[in-house]
Amino acid sequence: MDATSRTFVANARAGLQDADLQTSLARFQGGFQVKRADAAKRLPEFEALRDEAKAIKDHVLAHLDHYLERYEEQVTAAGGAVHWCQTPEEARKIILSLCREADAKTVTKSKSMIAEEMELNPFLEEHGIEPVETDLGEYVVQLADERPSHIIAPAVHKTRDQVADLFHEKHTPLGRTRRLERVEELVEEAREVLRPRYLAADVGITGANFLIAETGSSAIVTNEGNGDLTQILPRMHIVIATLEKVVPTLEDATTIMRVLARSATGQEFSTYTTVSTGPRRPDDADGPEAYHVVLLDNGRSRMLGSEFREVLRCIKCGACMNHCPVYGTVGGHAYGWVYPGPVGAVLTPNLIGLEEARHLPNASSFCGRCEEVCPMRIPLPGLMRKLREQEFDQRLSPVAVRTGIGAWAWLARRPALYRCMTGLGIRVLGMLGRRRGRFTQMPLAGGWTAARDLPAPEGATFHALWRKGRRA
Amino acid sequence: MSAASGRDAILGSIRRSLGRGPLDEAARAAVDERIAQPKPNIVPARTDIPQDERVELFTSMAEAVFATVDRVSGPDAVPGAVADYLAQHNLPPALVMAPDPALDAYPWGERPMLAIRRGNAEEPDRVGVTGAVMGFAETGTLMMTSGPEHPSTLNFLPETHIVVLPAEKIGGAYEEGWAHLRAEGGADADGGFMPRTVNLVTGPSRTADIEQTIALGAHGPRRLHIVIVEGDAP
Repeated sequence: MDATSRTFVANARAGLQDADLQTSLARFQGGFQVKRADAAKRLPEFEALRDEAKAIKDHVLAHLDHYLERYEEQVTAAGGAVHWCQTPEEARKIILSLCREADAKTVTKSKSMIAEEMELNPFLEEHGIEPVETDLGEYVVQLADERPSHIIAPAVHKTRDQVADLFHEKHTPLGRTRRLERVEELVEEAREVLRPRYLAADVGITGANFLIAETGSSAIVTNEGNGDLTQILPRMHIVIATLEKVVPTLEDATTIMRVLARSATGQEFSTYTTVSTGPRRPDDADGPEAYHVVLLDNGRSRMLGSEFREVLRCIKCGACMNHCPVYGTVGGHAYGWVYPGPVGAVLTPNLIGLEEARHLPNASSFCGRCEEVCPMRIPLPGLMRKLREQEFDQRLSPVAVRTGIGAWAWLARRPALYRCMTGLGIRVLGMLGRRRGRFTQMPLAGGWTAARDLPAPEGATFHALWRKGRRA
Repeated sequence: MSAASGRDAILGSIRRSLGRGPLDEAARAAVDERIAQPKPNIVPARTDIPQDERVELFTSMAEAVFATVDRVSGPDAVPGAVADYLAQHNLPPALVMAPDPALDAYPWGERPMLAIRRGNAEEPDRVGVTGAVMGFAETGTLMMTSGPEHPSTLNFLPETHIVVLPAEKIGGAYEEGWAHLRAEGGADADGGFMPRTVNLVTGPSRTADIEQTIALGAHGPRRLHIVIVEGDAP
């Protein structure tokens, strides 16, 4: 999809001024945070499971080629097929040819961020195939012609009132003319509108939370059951997944599942965990006749060899964005591409280029909550810092910023001079601000003083106080 | 680009990033051994309890996620429990039931008012009745597998799903389910033991996509009712 990460600063400003977005954001983070903390508390083994989950993924990444080969062997043995795609373009082409093979007119889809990465919906539409999103949040986003703003709660930016208006507008042509008020009514209407779509679909596309090398299975977790109706009713089931989703065994998938739902929504377990292996068996009562896995690289194999390998442990639970003060202030759309929040700030520059997304790793206060709650213990602030260093080294930031940082670095490497200059500076500022105790304007600090005053320093520098304190 | 070259290019790129060629024999054998002899990792201790307490834990965990649980004294009481549940919820006494021989053992004939069809769920079936392979006390989760005797559509299409589960099929952790499937599918099957679909179901369908307000029955069943049968399984 076309990224708007370049204009992060303007996007963020727009987000701050969007009253509906601010209402939605104010509501959502608190709930997720409390539920996650409670779920973690209820399971004494939670921290040990996080360590184990991390170790499993590290082991897989170090042997990724072999696990993928073993996985493919088992998919083939179960009667399915794996399609290896380096780029989103290749993946879309394969999916289109599979849809044509199934003579597909409509395709139901269960939530997948990889589908967003490959801009699958507009592509299918261009080729005369209608994609129908079935996850409620994704359905809302599709009706509104928007993008998901959160990886597990795609419509978290919308208020109930906005959804009510949207359904009223889009469902009126279907003969549903009453504007609904309550959440249960809206969910009910979506259920009734989507049910015939499931039954009519020729192909069902799902993502995958896990690919299991032992059995050649794909596994998804949902709460709505939409991923199940999507895959068992149509003639063909297509799974789209990226390379790093593979795990060795059912037991390994299980360990990660135990931290996934707890970190994401604070549930003990998601409502539906579904493990799918190949097409229906000859004597099965139902299920798809064909099973295909479209395996997408899109830069992951390259990242594996970079200093950002650790982000490939991500299981897309959303905990980092549920706990991020920046995400909670500007919303997910500001990040401008598929993955918002802290994990997006690391993934996006790696996948679409740092030049395109250089603002994202800067959109962090480095408070560290994302790393604290990440079930896979990805050191997100540390990885963002590496991207900031690359931004500086590659001269991507504006001249004024680079000059400023360069000057500060020059000074900071000369401690005696640094202490002298800061000591002098603080005395001058203290004298200038003596009367009012604050500055409303400051050269080179217009960004700070535009929205608040800068307090005038009192007394000595931190360094000086520290030395004095130690001697005392 | 042909599919084969895409595969080679991706594997080549992975190996370049890992700074090595294909795994050597010893490393390969170690990884293959890990797949061939799957071992449980840390399993939460909460299910290390006697069987009767596991049934209690299963019940309370399932109820916490909006399932309803009824415990009956033996197989003979099952048809009555199902009929009563339908009546209490103003549901018609008509249901579609999995063609599962284990369900034949309950005396459905003693409830002639129940109209029972055996087979796949179709629109507009409102009530589905199935068994389950196992229950897991860990989170009140049911395991169901697809096959000729259990259409997966029964787990999702009808708005009410009733599951009849002998108490002895309630285990502790999910790992017991994988061990069961391996044993049933034949240990030498080399991954071939998996049915097409394994559903782990924990409560009825739900969504919180609008303002984080939980609503039941998003796409799957609005109601999940579990009838636990004490005594010997029929």
